[in-house]
Amino acid sequence: MNAPVPLVLPEAEVDARVAPYVGGKALALAKLGRAGLAVPPFSVVTTAAYEAFVDGPLQARILFELERKDVADMRWEEIWDAALRIRNLFLATPLPAALHDALAAALGARAGEGPVVVRSSAPGEDSAGASFAGLHESYVNVRGLDAVLEHVRLVWASLWSDAALLYRRELGLDPLRSRMAVVVQAIVAGERSGVAFSRHPERDDQALVEAVHGLNQGLVDGTVEPDRWVLERDSGVVLEHHAAAREEMVAPTGAGVRLVPLPRRRRSRPPLTGDDLRRVHGLARGAEGSFAAPQDVEWTMRGEELFTLQSRPITTGGADDDGRAAYLGLRRSYDSLVVLRRRIEDEALPAMADEAAAFAAVPLAELDDQGLLAELERRKQAHDGWVDVYTRDFIPFAHAVRLFGQAYNDALRPDDPYEFIALLSGTPMLSTRRNAALAELAATRRRGGDETLAGELEAFLDEFGLEPPGSPGRERERATMAAVVERLASAAAAGSVASGAATGPATGRPATPAAEQGSSARATEQGSGARAGAASRRGPATPAPGRDELERHYLESAHDGEERERAAGLLDLARAGWRLRDDDNAYLDRIEAQLTAALEEAERRGLETGGRFAPRAVALPSPLGRPHPAAPQPAAAGTGPGTSPAGAIAKARQLVGQPAGPGVGAGTARVVSSLDDLRAFEEGEILVCDAIEPGMTFVVPLSAGIVERRGGMLIHGAIIAREYGLPCVTGVPGATELIHTGDRLTVDGYLGIVVVG
Amino acid sequence: MDERDVTLDLLRELLSRQRLGVLATHGESGPYASLVAFAATDDLGRLTFATTRATRKFQFLTAEPRVAMLIDSRSDADLDFHRATAVTAVGPVAELEGEARDGACARFVARHPHLADFATAPTTALLALDVESYYLVRRFQTVTELHMR
Repeated sequence: MNAPVPLVLPEAEVDARVAPYVGGKALALAKLGRAGLAVPPFSVVTTAAYEAFVDGPLQARILFELERKDVADMRWEEIWDAALRIRNLFLATPLPAALHDALAAALGARAGEGPVVVRSSAPGEDSAGASFAGLHESYVNVRGLDAVLEHVRLVWASLWSDAALLYRRELGLDPLRSRMAVVVQAIVAGERSGVAFSRHPERDDQALVEAVHGLNQGLVDGTVEPDRWVLERDSGVVLEHHAAAREEMVAPTGAGVRLVPLPRRRRSRPPLTGDDLRRVHGLARGAEGSFAAPQDVEWTMRGEELFTLQSRPITTGGADDDGRAAYLGLRRSYDSLVVLRRRIEDEALPAMADEAAAFAAVPLAELDDQGLLAELERRKQAHDGWVDVYTRDFIPFAHAVRLFGQAYNDALRPDDPYEFIALLSGTPMLSTRRNAALAELAATRRRGGDETLAGELEAFLDEFGLEPPGSPGRERERATMAAVVERLASAAAAGSVASGAATGPATGRPATPAAEQGSSARATEQGSGARAGAASRRGPATPAPGRDELERHYLESAHDGEERERAAGLLDLARAGWRLRDDDNAYLDRIEAQLTAALEEAERRGLETGGRFAPRAVALPSPLGRPHPAAPQPAAAGTGPGTSPAGAIAKARQLVGQPAGPGVGAGTARVVSSLDDLRAFEEGEILVCDAIEPGMTFVVPLSAGIVERRGGMLIHGAIIAREYGLPCVTGVPGATELIHTGDRLTVDGYLGIVVVG
Repeated sequence: MDERDVTLDLLRELLSRQRLGVLATHGESGPYASLVAFAATDDLGRLTFATTRATRKFQFLTAEPRVAMLIDSRSDADLDFHRATAVTAVGPVAELEGEARDGACARFVARHPHLADFATAPTTALLALDVESYYLVRRFQTVTELHMR
């Protein structure tokens, strides 16, 4: 096309000639409509509109997010963070007036006719046999022009969603070239919906139909189990029918959709009759005919009218199981998070505590060798079981925080995309309670109450310790904690660490978490200029709004009572998720400590266990660690012998990670990789580690900053740092190798930079 | 590969691709910067460049031989912030004479054939920056130091 591409194209003008500007989804819908299938009417916001929106500063900012660090070095959490920041950029960038007016003129009529669905249609998304369904966002039941334009921006932003970034190589994502088109389509509030595969993904001679009552979002995101039919591909004869439990359905609400109980009378009926099934199968076969390839079709039925919502080529997938699918599986809906929370809080955590207590009550030293081996077996099995529960339930539950963060940012558009954390921090976490108890011990020590100190320390270890009483581990833990109490006491005496509630934030670093002192971490950080050293560049001139005020703003952003209830529910879920990120580690550690205690006892007796009782670590495969075939190879520059400067010494001067706790801290590095390192930790040092483990958090109040190899805003280290208002940089590749204990460090928690020397 | 090898490879790549660097000198009137063609030795220990003796930079570096030279791969686009690499080499400069000059001149001319006449002119001084340290910046803010001895 030589003429400039229109910003919006009506359905009738969508054909192969404009394919690069409308994306595969729009093109497929237009084709189906032309083939005579019932397709809800739609318009396409072309890539020209996306381009008009991002060209300029926004594009440069996207580049900045994606290029500051090699994406291969980023963990999934960091990718999520980058996607969140980019999403916020899109939300915070207003539509230029001319673009707004042009889109409003072209979409006004469509938006005026009733609720619409706003769908991604990325060029290349469904191309060349590669289908990347679900990487970008679609929004159902959007009402009114303003909301439509809003959601167009969110769909644009989803070009850079965490899911899309995981598959960036396959998608060929490039901030300078990639574009997104958006389909704005009339919504058909179907009573029955589903998907149909014209050919079974695993059997060439069969086809597959899945159906649910209500809208098909429930099926697509996995919250509603579908009825499932396997058919003979050519004849359409039903070979198998798997009936679902049919308890819930997804229905449109005021704005958006939600899961509701399925009316009783519909529960006993499959969503499709035999006749419907034939029609749906016929639809999929028809689509296959139109595209000359087996199709995966989304459909819905309103009364007896059958609509096609989308059609894409079937791809076998699965072969690329490098962990990315598992990461995407961590994304959960509100409703499934509610179920998870119940399972974790009401069942798993109490059971873990009981089990750890039961193990602790077994006098290991009194068991004979046979009995000890049996006990080891029992503990190993228990620990394995909990590691599975952790992976299956606990890790996905952390998504509650992400879901809330997104909802908060959507509602309030804060400048800081992590403002929402202020609403979560301050929920009492095990590690902050433990640190408060430590501060109490230090106060006792300072008062000279040495006669009671030993008893108090023992009580502290009973409550918070990870090692069972009487074990060699407990001995080591006691020595470490005594050293920490000593440090805290002398630091408090010197006035450099506030001890409990007695000293306010103005005197220095708070020993109690910032948020618990009734002010946000940012506001407190303002007051702790002594620690921050360098002036805080981004500190607000007026104190940041308090937690209660932020909460009020968030809840008031809801449009009606139902939405507000949902918003409050989401906040509650997120708080539970936030707390659990800390607590669940500690619960699992206690079980592991019991297993280790039994192992140590076996070792002491010289029993041969062959390593089979060693605790299994919780680990998801690294989604990006594996080099991809398409990855650019490092430039072949020979460091051949003879030409290499023999005496040259390389030294990191400035390392880049992610800004995870605002503030600037300077001090001597303490690289912590063992308990001995922790014991040696001096007040005012910078904690440098691979990842902050729950057993390490007690040195945090002593530290002047945190540097962590592991990245992400919602990881343990970042959470604790924000709780204490400490500057923190996470996701620094090679942090523990490139930084050495004793190095002088400056931690810039605003920019995510660590300066060495 | 450890940090040292990674750094050396990056440096070798950059110094073999780029032809020009910015020479920073200091003299009575203050700091001064000039664009110069350079050639690096295989061991990266020395950067050779040429100037006629009448230039301000020659006067300055004769009076104050400690200089810095910036070499980078920018293309003057947004992507430079992330994709461009820049290195600053720091060390003393001395004029090459005799055999040392001949060998260095041959290497310099091999790198910059069109500067053959310039390099061999009697008024041209061939200068060697013996690098003490390189400061390599990539991805906008990742900085590595390489101390040569």
